[in-house]
Amino acid sequence: MDLVLHIWRQAGPTDKGSFVRYEAKDISDHASFLEMLDILNERLTERGEEPIAIDSDCREGICGMCGVVIDRLPHGPQHGAATCQLHMRHFKDGDEIWIEPWRARAFPVVKDLVVDRYAFDRIMQAGGFVSVRTSAPQDANAILIPKEKADLAMDAAACIGCGACVAACPNASAMLFVSAKVSQLGLLPQGQPERRERVLRMLGRHDEEGFGMCSNYGECHAACPAEISLDFIARLNRDMFGAVATAVEL
Amino acid sequence: MGRVLSLYRSSVGKKILMSVTGVVFVFFVIAHMVGNLKAFMGPDHFDEYAHFLREIGEPIFPYGVLLWVFRIVLLGCLAIHALFALQTWWTNRAARPVKYAKGLQPEESTFASRNMRWGGIVLFLFVVAHLLHFTTGQLHPDFVPGAAFRNLVLGFQEQWVAGLYIGVMFVLGLHLYHGVWSSFQTLGLNHPGYNRYRRPLAALVAIVVFLGFAAVPVAVLTGTLSLGGRG
Repeated sequence: MDLVLHIWRQAGPTDKGSFVRYEAKDISDHASFLEMLDILNERLTERGEEPIAIDSDCREGICGMCGVVIDRLPHGPQHGAATCQLHMRHFKDGDEIWIEPWRARAFPVVKDLVVDRYAFDRIMQAGGFVSVRTSAPQDANAILIPKEKADLAMDAAACIGCGACVAACPNASAMLFVSAKVSQLGLLPQGQPERRERVLRMLGRHDEEGFGMCSNYGECHAACPAEISLDFIARLNRDMFGAVATAVEL
Repeated sequence: MGRVLSLYRSSVGKKILMSVTGVVFVFFVIAHMVGNLKAFMGPDHFDEYAHFLREIGEPIFPYGVLLWVFRIVLLGCLAIHALFALQTWWTNRAARPVKYAKGLQPEESTFASRNMRWGGIVLFLFVVAHLLHFTTGQLHPDFVPGAAFRNLVLGFQEQWVAGLYIGVMFVLGLHLYHGVWSSFQTLGLNHPGYNRYRRPLAALVAIVVFLGFAAVPVAVLTGTLSLGGRG
């Protein structure tokens, strides 16, 4: 298929940036979206032009590195899939496709379609962990966990930290990300000792990084490749309420 | 106090306070609507009810005092709700300084949720005008203190005024549709067994409040409620 691509080009963080029109001819509909861009980049390189900068790593939807806004939708039109899992068969011959980077104050553009998402890592460093004693491993069955709790924690842990929730949110809020990370630990016995402080620290870091507030639009859930539920945001709010009332240190 | 302050400082805490004050308004609005519907039970009943609102709490509270307590609580809630709405608006604008060149395509958000701020502004202006209209009377064509039914009917006999009220009540319905659902989320009231009832409940509250409030001006316009020979 032949496509017309409008791709955001921006030389660096301080550059203004603009859309540049590219023609991508003779693309297989079996190609993934990133492969299609690889082909375009190869052609650009052959012509002696600067290839388009784009993040990607595993290309199987589990690492969270890729992610661009395709035709006004983070990760494109396919639900429950990252940009790397989107295939060109979702587009038609002759389509015009607009490609933009994530836009948020906390995710500054590094170059072209690449944004700096260290803000997520700093939120994790603030409290997204459990402290454990390192010694001989304990018996795996020593702590009983109800199946429903384990399943729910696993649903939360499905978050790959790609940032699509922030990209899709009209407020550029990272509440879905924070709620998934807080829940995956807070649902399990190992996460209990630091539960209250974790919520306060991670939310505090979230606000300091310059993300917006949640207005319960639900756009984050619609864009999320891991289909993280909005229920986790309600759970986070509940945890926050408990933390403010009972946390030892504030 | 430190704990309340930390709630105020955090984004989720602001939401929680906004949600709690919003819930106060939901109950107020429903009570107000029920009060309005008493107009259909006749002028005497309606005036008696208006008078009762001032006697409420007697003899523990002197005449009119408990009503003032309610008013002050509502005013406090309004201040918190509006302050946080403005702060949220400001923070969220700052969170995305460079907008999407092509915009974003809405997928899950509703018309109601995307227009909460505009609804809020309309409702705030309405409340000011409404108090000047039916409570203090400056905007009323012929206001007589204490003659609640008479003031009501005369107020709504101006067609554009009645139309405006009905329009604003539609805005209120939209604001409630997102607000009620949103408050369940924000207050952490979710459970897999009950989640599916939250949207319908929000819709029910929105529709009942809209129809309940719109009924009175519609009845005045159609002549169902009139002063008759009592003018």
